[in-house]
Amino acid sequence: MPRTGPGTAAKRTLVWLGVLTALLATLLGAGAHWSTASWSPRLALDLEGGTQMILAPRVQDGSEITPEQLDQAVEIIRQRVDGSGVAEAEISTQSGQNVIVSLPGTPDAQTRDLIQASAQMEFRPVLTGGPGQAAAAETPTPEDQLPTPAAEPQNASDPNWITPELYKEFEALNCLDPAALEPAEEPAPADEPMVACEPDTQGKYILGPVEVPGTDISTASYGLERSQGGQTLNSWAVNIDFNDEATETFREVTERLYAFGQGDPRNQFAIVLDGQIVSAPTTNAVIPDGNPSISGSFTEESAAALAEQLKYGALPISFEIQSEQQISATLGADQLRVGLIAGLIGLLLVAAYSMFQYRLLGLVTIASLVVAGVLTYLAICILGWTENYRLSLAGVAGLIVAIGQTADSFIVYFERIRDELREGRGLISAVENGWRRAKRTVLASKAVNLLAALVLFFVAVGNVRGFAFTLGLTAIADLIVVFLFTHPVLRLLARTKFFGEGHPWSGLDPSRLGGIPLYRGAGRLRQPGEGTVKPVAVARTKNKGATAEAERRLTIAERRRAEQQKALAGRTGSSQKETNE
Amino acid sequence: MSRTNFATFGNELYSGKRSYPFVARRNLWFLIAGIALLISIIIPVVKGGFNLGIDFRGGSEFTVSSTQDRDPAIGERAVTDVVPEAVPRVTNIAGDTMRVQTERLSDDETLSVRDNLAGGYGVGEDQVTSSYVGPTWGEDVSRQALIGFGVFVLLAAILMALYFRTWKMAVAAMAALVVVMVVTAGLYSLSNFEVTPSAIIGFLTILSYALYDTVVVFDKIRENTSDMKTSTERTFAEQVNLAVNQTLVRSINTSVVAILPVASILFIGAFVLGAGTLQDLSLALFIGIILGTLGTIFIAAPLYAALRLNEPELKEQEEKVLARRSLAAASA
Repeated sequence: MPRTGPGTAAKRTLVWLGVLTALLATLLGAGAHWSTASWSPRLALDLEGGTQMILAPRVQDGSEITPEQLDQAVEIIRQRVDGSGVAEAEISTQSGQNVIVSLPGTPDAQTRDLIQASAQMEFRPVLTGGPGQAAAAETPTPEDQLPTPAAEPQNASDPNWITPELYKEFEALNCLDPAALEPAEEPAPADEPMVACEPDTQGKYILGPVEVPGTDISTASYGLERSQGGQTLNSWAVNIDFNDEATETFREVTERLYAFGQGDPRNQFAIVLDGQIVSAPTTNAVIPDGNPSISGSFTEESAAALAEQLKYGALPISFEIQSEQQISATLGADQLRVGLIAGLIGLLLVAAYSMFQYRLLGLVTIASLVVAGVLTYLAICILGWTENYRLSLAGVAGLIVAIGQTADSFIVYFERIRDELREGRGLISAVENGWRRAKRTVLASKAVNLLAALVLFFVAVGNVRGFAFTLGLTAIADLIVVFLFTHPVLRLLARTKFFGEGHPWSGLDPSRLGGIPLYRGAGRLRQPGEGTVKPVAVARTKNKGATAEAERRLTIAERRRAEQQKALAGRTGSSQKETNE
Repeated sequence: MSRTNFATFGNELYSGKRSYPFVARRNLWFLIAGIALLISIIIPVVKGGFNLGIDFRGGSEFTVSSTQDRDPAIGERAVTDVVPEAVPRVTNIAGDTMRVQTERLSDDETLSVRDNLAGGYGVGEDQVTSSYVGPTWGEDVSRQALIGFGVFVLLAAILMALYFRTWKMAVAAMAALVVVMVVTAGLYSLSNFEVTPSAIIGFLTILSYALYDTVVVFDKIRENTSDMKTSTERTFAEQVNLAVNQTLVRSINTSVVAILPVASILFIGAFVLGAGTLQDLSLALFIGIILGTLGTIFIAAPLYAALRLNEPELKEQEEKVLARRSLAAASA
């Protein structure tokens, strides 16, 4: 075997494929050992059991939702679900308009309501505040010392809002208990006071009625604080922009709060989202222009987070359940088992058919399918680890359907080789020529497959995505296998005696393929012109009546002869060399 | 057909010894396709549409798996006990799986029905799957499917026009594709198969398969017709026809290989699980793969030939071929 040439190149390619596979396997192995990767694919809810809800966000004024609003919607739901203590929930968007929530098990009514509830942001004045822990059970404020309203409250900051019941509730509230930090299921009535925690500072407050609803926020942003002289300071601030109506209200509110002076809790107002206090800044000035700025010990991140949350206020999104599925783990396991059995049987049928059609060449198909399968499996496991990709039932269907589509690449290739053999080429050149032509076809047709997978993936609704994903993945695996495995293996096989001499069982027996081999192995070369007379003669005698038919065949024979002579002239040297290997 | 025969069959097709007149009889195929199209459009109109699955109608659905009992009355009672005015549809979908469909139930009702079903059929609660579909979900699915269809056809047409460097191939391929889609839809309507989102995925996948198949055959056509300007061997139509015949073995093998796994899902799924993602997907694919292959052979390729036959260059070439033939015939 020479140092260079197709045989060596083929071996080198196979080594590269081995390296690629080993790298993927090592990556996954390392991930499984040191990280959260697993040697089996992660399963989607329809296989694992659980609940999947597809929610359509609805903006209150009925306008279309923008991608940015959708991201906020996801963020809102994520906070709510995380807050409700459901582990391993997955929340994602789909085709730019829906939010998909996947939860293990069956969620209770509370969690469901919570997920659907619309986010409500509101500005309330602080009546009083305190550290977050509950007053010790033995020492609540004695009944007779509880604050009692002396009169009807005059404004939202009036301490007369505080009833004994409200105060007891305030005392009992323990903001250090995670349960207290769950988003409220029922929003507190806007015209009544409420108690609430501020999770960030673990403080708790009694708040007056709503003064400005969050919907009055036009927008919110964050940036570096500016001094009164307009100089940029080195601290972060969050800027709110109110609409016209709220500008007036907010001026009145800040006038009143500012008058309480520093140190009085009533100087503060609280920004409440989903029943939790996002921030409770103090009032340092009367804000006449509706553009308050909240400053404090913000980092860039915390300022960004607050600005983002304030935008929720401008966007009261509610969610409508579009579809909800609670899949029992048993059913999921059944479906997976049936899917796998069906896949296996499908694979066996394809293997049997390939053997039937292509004899031992069918083994190359099977081996190629196995390699494609291994690569796909590794890819799915790795993606499950790094991208949290989960294999769904539709994904399994995609994998099974892909068996046929992957095998087609080999069929296209094999048929091309057979065509070349029919033209009278030797196997080695038939493999090379056939590959040159098949390569283009395979690339073009796989491009169509990939295109379909991409389109399906991006406009997908429901469980289409998993299907599209595996279709795309297998199309890529197929390309890798055809280029790095099937073709090199055929190049090598073409050099074996069994295939090279066209053993009847090889599937490449030239006599059966009607080609008279130019090169017949064992160093024998057909003389130019030899054997080409016969088909012409046969054609003439068999089909006397059909002149056009005979004409056609005659021209084929002519063309073939010409081609063979040309090929022979160009190839004798290399054939000789190959013969002598 | 034994292998030897099949290989011989392939050889004869390749050499042109055996040749099916796909292009020559094109008007017949177009007529058949036209009739099929017409019927496929008329049937849904006359029947008043498709048998839409619950995802399009909205409603609640329960699936009870691994039950010994297959009495629909249990399922009906389980629902009417909770919602007396409901009219549930209870079916034994396959093997030991029961399906209960009803109008949309509230959360509490859903939970009660679930408990009733688990109790009634004597299975654990974890063997009852429930799903709820909102009223607008079906519209979403349909709209996205239509967008997907549009985007894919457009992109695929551009891709093909670029790859083959002729818009006529793209047009021929797309026409065949439309026929395949419409006839598949017609078959769905005729046979009353349930249209579910999974069936729609299958539908969209047919697009991919049908085009894939067309690309392979067109690639061979392009190869065969690349020297049309200089060759006087065959007319353009004959050359296209030869290409289709030469790839016929590939088309048959590909279809068989693609159909085998799909059929495997279809039949195993049908006997064990009944309707579901796998089943609906594979049914649409099963029909689509067969139609897709037929569409390429009988519509796309002949249509492409028909589209180009009137090009002056090709007409001229055809005259040359015929002239040479009559000359050869005269001298023979």
